[in-house]
Amino acid sequence: MKRIANTIRDIKEYPSALIGLSIIMILIAVSIFAVIYMPYHRAIALWKGADNIWMDNPRNASPAWVNLLPGINIPETIVVDSAGQPGIKTITPIAAETKTVDFRLGFDYTYGEFPKEINIFFTAQYEEIPPHLDLIWHTPDGRSISLDSQTPKHSSTYRVSQSSRLQRRTGGLTPHIGLLAKPGSKPEVPLQGKYELEIQGLTFEEAADFEVKLVVYGHVHGLAGTDHLRRDLLVALLWGTPIALAFSLVAAVGTTIFGLIFAAIGVWYGGWLDGLVQRLTELTMILPALPIYIMVGLFVSRSIWVILLTVILLSLFSGSKIYRAMFLQIKEAHYIEAARAYGAGDFRIILRYLIPRIIPTLIPGFVTAIPIFVFLEASLALLGVGDPVLPTWGKVLSEAQANGALHMGHYYWVLQPAVLLLITGLAFAAFGFALDRIFNPRLRGL
Amino acid sequence: MQNNVLLEVNNLKTYFEMKKWGFVSIGHVRAVDNVSFNLKQGEALSVVGESGCGKTTLARTILGLYRPTSGDIVYDGKSINEFSKGEIKAYRAQLGYVQQDPYGALPPFMDVRRILAEPLIINGVKSRQEQEKLIERALTDLKMTPVEDFLPKFPHMLSGGQQQRIVIARAKILGPKLIVSDEPVSMLDASVRIEILQLMRQLQEEYDLAVIYITHDLSTVRYFSERILVMYGGKIVEQGPVQEFLDNPSHPYTQALLEATSDPDPKNAETFKKVPGGEPPSLLNPPPGCRFHPRCSYMIEGLCNREEPPDFIIKENHSAACWLYR
Ligand SMILES: Nc1ncnc2c1ncn2[C@@H]1O[C@H](COP(=O)(O)OP(=O)(O)O)[C@@H](O)[C@H]1O
Ligand SMILES: [Mg+2]
Repeated sequence: MKRIANTIRDIKEYPSALIGLSIIMILIAVSIFAVIYMPYHRAIALWKGADNIWMDNPRNASPAWVNLLPGINIPETIVVDSAGQPGIKTITPIAAETKTVDFRLGFDYTYGEFPKEINIFFTAQYEEIPPHLDLIWHTPDGRSISLDSQTPKHSSTYRVSQSSRLQRRTGGLTPHIGLLAKPGSKPEVPLQGKYELEIQGLTFEEAADFEVKLVVYGHVHGLAGTDHLRRDLLVALLWGTPIALAFSLVAAVGTTIFGLIFAAIGVWYGGWLDGLVQRLTELTMILPALPIYIMVGLFVSRSIWVILLTVILLSLFSGSKIYRAMFLQIKEAHYIEAARAYGAGDFRIILRYLIPRIIPTLIPGFVTAIPIFVFLEASLALLGVGDPVLPTWGKVLSEAQANGALHMGHYYWVLQPAVLLLITGLAFAAFGFALDRIFNPRLRGL
Repeated sequence: MQNNVLLEVNNLKTYFEMKKWGFVSIGHVRAVDNVSFNLKQGEALSVVGESGCGKTTLARTILGLYRPTSGDIVYDGKSINEFSKGEIKAYRAQLGYVQQDPYGALPPFMDVRRILAEPLIINGVKSRQEQEKLIERALTDLKMTPVEDFLPKFPHMLSGGQQQRIVIARAKILGPKLIVSDEPVSMLDASVRIEILQLMRQLQEEYDLAVIYITHDLSTVRYFSERILVMYGGKIVEQGPVQEFLDNPSHPYTQALLEATSDPDPKNAETFKKVPGGEPPSLLNPPPGCRFHPRCSYMIEGLCNREEPPDFIIKENHSAACWLYR
């Protein structure tokens, strides 16, 4: 207890350690938050992105906080949905079972830039005959432009931006520009004010009904932006934290503990066992780790846990050369002889007398080893053997790279995971180096 | 019980094989060579000899830490040669061991409570309460009170004398009948030596302990033991009761030792090492005949350098391995 207290007191004298430690604390807090706020299965499902759950998000949108910078007003996504507004529909029966259903979806457009895209989503309930809809676009200056008529299936999408018929009617401009452009402006600027989408519907069945959702996509989204599949990057950045920490921590513990135990066993029993441990250590020293990870990723499984197991298996004996040198010295300590004299068995001596003696010396190295494994996960993802389902920082980077994020100017896509990786690495490194300075002067007389 | 033999050492030899390049044997270091003696229950025995004469090896062999090369140790009527690996462990736990360097003898990463609990845990004292009780008693016996002040301390927070008391407390916490203490005070400040020895003497009398007190410092022997045993070059050259021994030292080596330490001031203890001229014998290639003969002023040509002297009785319980008494 005293020791821990002393260590903490010493840490206070190293500002870099304090900063490192605070960042580590924050990362841990974020991890806990991520796991509670977005349980594992939900995170996986979101990242898989089935059932069009991301359809209301723009593609490749930058983080929304850029709008907080002064003088910047980049369009955000506008969603207007009839489903949430009971009573806006005017329903008039005109014949047996046939009714007209009219309503308008309005929104204010205040941005100086055009939206990224416009989609209109329909959901309709009917038995046999789908409703028929005429869509009219009303601009703030009183013009009306008819959009393409729709006969929506139970659920369907009208991709306004991709309609070439509409493009002819908007003066050859891409529809989401043409619909919002100030008449006569060159280059086009958006006309600000209240727009309305008028829906004139006809339903042909007693119980038939439909809902319309207009989505005017912005250029920014959420805290972290979106990727090419409209997925919110926050999912991956948030969930990447616990995964990175867990992976690297387990890897660091696994690689240290086993090397330690094997070295201790070799030294304590000596003879052929020591020889065996040493030969295996030399063998693992010459094995090329990265190609083996890649092969495991390609031929066995890309699961992060399989890779983790490979990392640990490959390093079962790593480090035991250094540990061996330390143990050889400690083995001769008189307190070990005393322990034998009061009847301590081999395993008790290895676990309680040999290993605890060198653990303090290992802690700094252990902490500095953590970023190696954080980066390893990212590197493997970049090399195409990242976990197929988990949202990780490395996955974000590799998808950004695969989709030419930097060529297309989507810097946020690369920078956010990269900065997180760097910060994590630096935090553990700063903390580890400070621990080294604190622990090692005292243990020089080992 | 007073006169029962607790430990019987018969023709004990502990040799270390010396190897060249890791595998070619170049002979044996005869660290303990044909040593025999008895120890009664509750008896304090001093083993004296210059550094390198095999005292520590003798201690470790008695403690079961080295297997004897030949000969036998009989403890409480049982020969340790017949013990299995498990029985050897149990046997070791019945003896207490006090080492020379108290700081090295204590695991630096354990506090006093843990250090004293370890032998108890290993030897099946599972109950916490029982452990606490024994630890408290051991510390109180060594005058380390209030006990609570010492329990959470780590070895580096204690003085040398306190460390050695913890080592002694640990040696006696399992209630052994025999404690082997190997130069227990040689690394301590002269000021605390007498105090520690007196404490050990008190414990020995209070608990009727048998103690083997190993030292190279004859001046402290008088404080401590009834009987003395002088080692030279892996062999016992003289043994006898302390008083008889002091009055009538018989072996030329012993005489030289005693001359050197007639001054009871412990500070002069170091000087005796140099006194008998010449070098201690090589244990790898010991001199033929009596091992002391190259340094002995009474050497009998043709006898001492040819034949090994047997033990000659000087008086009851007092014998010397020297041809002068043939
Ligand atoms: N483990 C060992 N291996 C080889 N030689 C040893 C070993 N232990 C002690 N010796 C040798 O045995 C002799 C006696 O040593 P030791 O018993 O430590 O003497 P003392 O305790 O009287 O100083 C010395 O020559 C020493 O070098
Ligand atoms: Mg010694």
